[in-house]
Amino acid sequence: MALFSKLLAKIRGSSISSGDWEEIERSLIESDLGATNTKEIIELAKKVRSDEIESAITDELRKWLSANSRDLASNFDRVTTILIVGVNGTGKTTSSAKLVANLNSKNKKVILAAADTFRAAATEQLQTWGERLGVRVVIGPQNGDPASVAFDAITKAKESGCEYLIVDTAGRLHTKSGLMDELGKVRRVIEKVSPVDEVLLVVDATTGQNGITQAKLFMESVAVTGLILTKMDGSAKGGVALAIERETGIPIKFIGTGESAADFAPFDAQSYLSGLIVN
Amino acid sequence: MFDNLASKFSSAFSSLRGKGRLKSGDISEIVAEIKSALLDSDVAISVAEDFTQKIQERAELVLDEVNKSTNPSQAIFNIVNEELITILGGSARRIRFAKKPPTVILLTGLQGAGKTSLAGKLAKYLKDQGNTPLLVASDLQRPNAVTQLQVVGESVKVPVFAPEPGNGVGDPIRVAKDGIKFAQDKLHNIVIVDTAGRLGVDAELMEQAKKIRDAIEPDEVLYVVDAMVGQDAVRTALAFQEGVGFDAVVLTKLDGDARGGAALSITQVTGKPIIFAATGEKVTDFDLFYPDRMASRILGLGDIQTLAEQAKNALDSETTAKLEKKFVEGEDFTLDDFLAQLEAMKKMGSMTKLLGMIPGANSGAMKKQLEQFDDSELIKTQAIVQSMTPLERNDPKVLNGSRRSRIAKGSGREVSEVNSLVERFTGAQKMMKQMRTGKGGMTLPPGMGGMGMPAAPIKKQQSQSKKKSRSGNPAKRALES
Ligand SMILES: Nc1nc2c(ncn2[C@@H]2O[C@H](COP(=O)(O)OP(=O)(O)O)[C@@H](O)[C@H]2O)c(=O)[nH]1
Ligand SMILES: [Mg+2]
Repeated sequence: MALFSKLLAKIRGSSISSGDWEEIERSLIESDLGATNTKEIIELAKKVRSDEIESAITDELRKWLSANSRDLASNFDRVTTILIVGVNGTGKTTSSAKLVANLNSKNKKVILAAADTFRAAATEQLQTWGERLGVRVVIGPQNGDPASVAFDAITKAKESGCEYLIVDTAGRLHTKSGLMDELGKVRRVIEKVSPVDEVLLVVDATTGQNGITQAKLFMESVAVTGLILTKMDGSAKGGVALAIERETGIPIKFIGTGESAADFAPFDAQSYLSGLIVN
Repeated sequence: MFDNLASKFSSAFSSLRGKGRLKSGDISEIVAEIKSALLDSDVAISVAEDFTQKIQERAELVLDEVNKSTNPSQAIFNIVNEELITILGGSARRIRFAKKPPTVILLTGLQGAGKTSLAGKLAKYLKDQGNTPLLVASDLQRPNAVTQLQVVGESVKVPVFAPEPGNGVGDPIRVAKDGIKFAQDKLHNIVIVDTAGRLGVDAELMEQAKKIRDAIEPDEVLYVVDAMVGQDAVRTALAFQEGVGFDAVVLTKLDGDARGGAALSITQVTGKPIIFAATGEKVTDFDLFYPDRMASRILGLGDIQTLAEQAKNALDSETTAKLEKKFVEGEDFTLDDFLAQLEAMKKMGSMTKLLGMIPGANSGAMKKQLEQFDDSELIKTQAIVQSMTPLERNDPKVLNGSRRSRIAKGSGREVSEVNSLVERFTGAQKMMKQMRTGKGGMTLPPGMGGMGMPAAPIKKQQSQSKKKSRSGNPAKRALES
């Protein structure tokens, strides 16, 4: 694995060999930025003086960040509803719990909906989190209609004067149109009662270029408003999230860095970008 | 998976095909194209480089030979195919059974890779082959991982050894060890140990995995990996290889459209073969991994064997037999049976997935057809039936206006959709009654008579398909007949 920052230090001020360029290219590709994106950056960087390469690359990557707001939606007059979606195993349930913890710390009144009625023990998993965090979890029968759990939850959220409703949904591959329709239905059913304010797509940092298709197809069916990039505590750099921002404009809103509820933070562009280029 | 790779390969080869005699420059051109396709498919950059270099060398070496052959491009194509199979693991690998049972299988991998679901699928697969597996719940970390394994075990009717509640309580090493003891006492011939997901960089948890391994001395350590993984595949696979070590790889979530370059990277870098592939969320969505089939798929040749096997599985289903019996014995076909039919159809896997295995499915025209084709009709119909009460399912005649509007609301469909389903169903029911006076049982799997429609008995169907196909989609039409 190339040591990008070391390499940059080495080449600073001296001329750059084709081998050095190859190493920079490798390093960017290994961050999952994608081959085409990487090629573009390299071409740009080749145009500047060698002592400016690092800042040229960072500046370019920064330009790819979405201009959309990274703040979590919030309403004063009604419940703020957040739908958590994504492919299987990315960390949706854990992220739902982390969001609750985050809102708890701001003294918000939150309620959870266990709309993953499909995966074995998914409801119980969320209930365990609910108990740990002291938050009510609305549940439905196993294999029941997720939309009716969501409907039940939004109704209860309104009745009990909650400020936030977080709806955890079942993992689904973006290619399964039937399941994607189901998600659209969950959204529509909630909106009969109250608007959905955020749809957060949970993306695992280890994801490769497939993440871009994931984002596009989830965007199409439920109008995603932000990303939660999980498992950033591992060795993966999560570069595909930047590729997603560039391609779709969906902003990364939160970063997951572990398995407990506190391992969660709002997105910080500086540390994310430097993580991509400092191997 | 590999869709993109396959289409890039086929376009690269079609330009070669037009060329006749090949020059050295032609080969460099195609090699560059293969490399960029591999990178787009998340193949690790070092693996992509090695692979294309090998192709280049081999092709140059036999260029004269190749140009003497009647079809030079085919010869290059064969080289690529062979090299792909080599990287993907040579010949298919099977589980190695211990000389003295129980055979112990340890599952490891990152969080969210799909280990627990896989444990259930593997247990079912082995049980169906006449084994007596035991599942051991050693993931005591993730909330309700133990409960999940228990539910999964119950659904495949395989016992689960779960002495600890999990959620952070209990010692996974001890549970694994006791599990083996339990299996020995109860004469289970296979033990599958599910463990918590862990990161490659988490030294402490890697140490724990090593301790579990040393405590139970597994015959097979399987590394479970998500097919959607990107460049991190190599780093993490190497960390697991160094940390716990593993004998073979299982690829999960292959039913998506991930290009799955990780498959190439991991086998190449670790030297370990891929043994199984998980292709969906149901316990039957599980296949042996065949490197040659996968290579064919990459090259756009399709995967006919898998298709045939899946169709056979669906045909052999219990539901089919039950429905046939009902039909022959003259019982009424109810909406419950209809629901069972839909389940059987879903068991065949997503139609799109099946069609993707047909040769040529990656070519332009066919691909477009596939994209337009979806299984949502099936799921919508199912939702409507599921929103009915048992009484309504048994006797659709009770479905008055208010019941229909309740069903529409419950299933999120329009009343008109409910009406049309009931109409089609009653029609089919009537037809079945008439058929009964004729001869011959159904030989098609129920539900295969058309998307989201009750099965029509085969005789009727044949005459129908001669007259007019119900679908404008050729792929769909092919399935209807
Ligand atoms: N290391 C790490 N693990 C995570 C993170 N987020 C989730 N996980 C783990 O990933 C696995 C799958 O998470 P889960 O929330 O069940 O995924 P879901 O299927 O999308 O709901 C669990 O083992 C989680 O503990 C994270 O940020 N870092
Ligand atoms: Mg979940």
